Amino acid sequence: MSNLFDLLVAGLATGAIYALVAVGFTLLWQTSQTINFAQGEFVMLPAFLMLAAMHAGAPFWLAIILGILLSMLLLGLAFKMLLVDPMMRHGVLPLAIATMALAIGIKEAVKQFFSAEASPFPSIVPTGDVSILGHAVSLQSIGVLVLAILAVSGLTALLNRTSLGHQMQAAAQNPTVARIIGVPVERMILLTFLINAFLVALASLLITPIYLAKFTSGEVLGQAAFIAAIVGGFNQVRGAIAGGLLIGVLDNLAAAYVSTQYRAAVPMIILIAVILFRPQGLLGRAEERTV
Amino acid sequence: MSAFAKPLKIALGLIVIAALIVIPMNFNRYGLFILSQWAVMAIAAMGLNLTLGYAGQVSLAQGAFVGIGAYAAAMMTTHGWPLPAAIVVAIALSFAVGWVLGYPALRVQHHYLAFVTLAFSTLAFLVFRNESWLTGGIYGISNIPRPHIFGIPTSKPLPFYYVCLGSLAIVSLAVWWLIRSPWGRAFMALRENPLRAQSLGVDTRRYTLMAFAIGSALGGVAGALYAPLTQYIDPVPFNLSLSLDLLMMVIVGGAGFFLGPFLGAMIAVLLPEWLRFTEGYYLMLYAIAVMGLLIWSPTGILGILDRYLAERRTKAASTLRAVAKSRLETVQ
Repeated sequence: MSNLFDLLVAGLATGAIYALVAVGFTLLWQTSQTINFAQGEFVMLPAFLMLAAMHAGAPFWLAIILGILLSMLLLGLAFKMLLVDPMMRHGVLPLAIATMALAIGIKEAVKQFFSAEASPFPSIVPTGDVSILGHAVSLQSIGVLVLAILAVSGLTALLNRTSLGHQMQAAAQNPTVARIIGVPVERMILLTFLINAFLVALASLLITPIYLAKFTSGEVLGQAAFIAAIVGGFNQVRGAIAGGLLIGVLDNLAAAYVSTQYRAAVPMIILIAVILFRPQGLLGRAEERTV
Repeated sequence: MSAFAKPLKIALGLIVIAALIVIPMNFNRYGLFILSQWAVMAIAAMGLNLTLGYAGQVSLAQGAFVGIGAYAAAMMTTHGWPLPAAIVVAIALSFAVGWVLGYPALRVQHHYLAFVTLAFSTLAFLVFRNESWLTGGIYGISNIPRPHIFGIPTSKPLPFYYVCLGSLAIVSLAVWWLIRSPWGRAFMALRENPLRAQSLGVDTRRYTLMAFAIGSALGGVAGALYAPLTQYIDPVPFNLSLSLDLLMMVIVGGAGFFLGPFLGAMIAVLLPEWLRFTEGYYLMLYAIAVMGLLIWSPTGILGILDRYLAERRTKAASTLRAVAKSRLETVQ
């Protein structure tokens, strides 16, 4: 039983990170029909930006701020203006392919300009264990979970309770009508790109201490987030959160109880089942776009 | 113009074919390997172009079919079967699995279909890696023999390059015939407007499954050639990134154009090699080139040509109209 509890906590912690990445993925899809195949690399890069800042002599807290700002600039603003804007009106597929090329580019750039080796990354949560209900739980898992929940609830509050959030929802649901009633749709789309860049930078900060900073580390993560977004509901933020947590927990349980060889198969089978029997996702509604 | 265009096209085609036969004769081992790889990938991309470019069904599983074909060929030829028999089995196997994979396409479309096929691709990779009693697991299958064609051994790089090139030619002719047959038109009808196709009596169900099955079968052919080309296979080359690469080839070359896969495979296989002189930067430059190309022309390389030709035709037509009009005026 204690084993199960540990697995659940660890699963929720990774799941919370998947959720962060999946939420950003969903945001981009809803506002601009971007299927971002580079989302995993988007999570890998900020850790290296922060490491670079630290190598240049910045203290950890400053490196974090610089890393987040730089990723918002590169992965938010530049990504949108240079790649998404020119290609958006030409349909989903060419843009998706372009993001695949971008993923290769980011990976190779990190390998070339930084290192092909895995680098350790400092944790923002102190290491150690605390005892909960008689179980030793690592502070890192708790810290990750708490920070991810804070970020996601902050985002949900922004989307549902503020005028800005309502404008973003309007821009996603019906850009034409939103434009007519005076919503600055372009600016709202840009905002979702910046939010995505912020979320991936945060995810990077949380996950890299656990798995080390390596140029290939985005591959697995990107795919997990991708699956989480679809399983939960491609067109709903809360679906992406649920999907992320579900995939995180299932992945850990599958490794323990199914087989380590086929642990990766479990999310895939769920993905196929969900798409075939409930294509709108577990929490989504059929072909409706809400943020 | 049009009377002149056809012989010109044929002449150009013959020159390219002759060049592909003659020029590699004094290539070194590595150059021939890369060129053979181009031919193999062009076959797989042609299959995906049928599924995606002509029939409009997104598939992220073509790499898995290359894997299925490669493992079928590797297992059979190492047990003494001749390669042609292995190719037939690879075709049958990929066709059958592709047919089954087509069923989700009857239910979901576009990006959802892409995700289902992506999941299939990952599952296939796991089977290649984990079922070591069948596939040799991570150790793979080594010492895959190259065939004797009409009694001529092809174990040297040049003869085997001709095997790949010859297979590419046969597949190209078959695909050329297919897309000009009523089937090809049915595929395109499926892509352009499935509802109208159905109302005109096209059995969309059957053609959707066929589009998947035939496209996948060509992936199997490519795999059956890939195994003797590398003479050693393990699961790694057949992971998801091969499927993504093949998709990239089709889109970059120009989806729905007959020559698209040839150009796309050239970009994906040869361009990184040409850029090797830049050492560590070559894949980065390749990625930038692909992005730049897609920004410039989202319909791929042949999209550029197509637009240019369409423009010229419109211009020519408007000149003719102007001439006709002025003549009419002078008569009056």
